[in-house]
Amino acid sequence: MIDAMRRRLLKGSLLAGSAGIAADVGLLSSRQVLASWNQTAFQSQNVPTALTSLLGSETTETSDQIRIKAPDIAADGTVFSVTVETDLDGMTVIAIIASKNQTPLIAAFAFHGSAIPFVSTRIKMAETADVVAVVKAGDRLYQNSKRIKVASSGCGG
Amino acid sequence: MSDIKIRATLNGDETTVKCLMSHPMESGLRQDSNTGKIIPAHFIEEVICKVNNEIVMTASWSSGVSANPYLSFKFRGGAAGDPITVTWKDNQGNTQSETDQIKAGSRRSQI
Repeated sequence: MIDAMRRRLLKGSLLAGSAGIAADVGLLSSRQVLASWNQTAFQSQNVPTALTSLLGSETTETSDQIRIKAPDIAADGTVFSVTVETDLDGMTVIAIIASKNQTPLIAAFAFHGSAIPFVSTRIKMAETADVVAVVKAGDRLYQNSKRIKVASSGCGG
Repeated sequence: MSDIKIRATLNGDETTVKCLMSHPMESGLRQDSNTGKIIPAHFIEEVICKVNNEIVMTASWSSGVSANPYLSFKFRGGAAGDPITVTWKDNQGNTQSETDQIKAGSRRSQI
């Protein structure tokens, strides 16, 4: 009984959440950025297709106002920490890309209301490569990257 | 009950939220070393973070996020006691949600 109610509440809140995102994004762009899980972007095997599908463009400008904190060497490619912060005005989305992973787009974070442009998570990487942070600010995309040497692979057996 | 752990701490006007979720985050590329069979993809696709029932951040993930995902984000304007809710949904249709309250940090607000 309680379980059934909880499930309904949960469903309701997820639905309301998606609707909220769609409404927010509608103001910024006609594309439903992050309104639902973007299969094309996340299953794409190349970065330009993933970015175009996720954020509407593959054109990015390099910016040192995006700071990536991550280890120089990841002893274990299955788990290492990546933190992205930015001072760029009007930031709405931060995407994290592992440039040589089979599907390079790892995560996209959409920020709303009082959120501060900061995110930290842990990711996997198949081999030594650049971790790229792409930030959407206003209508433009900015990026910065950091080379990470992987000592033991995060993919495969 | 969920397996999501949330810690939300208020320092000055900034609230830092740290959460840990319990999930295998399988890519669908790995083989089971005993049976030789591919382990099916099983990963969190979406995470929704709310403060006082308002969305502050949504995340979309691939299986490139590590197993038992860690997520930290920050926002302004929270108060001790405000509810933080983190909800995830995975590619197999499972979902979990947890709510915790913001706690005052050790540093005092400087006004």
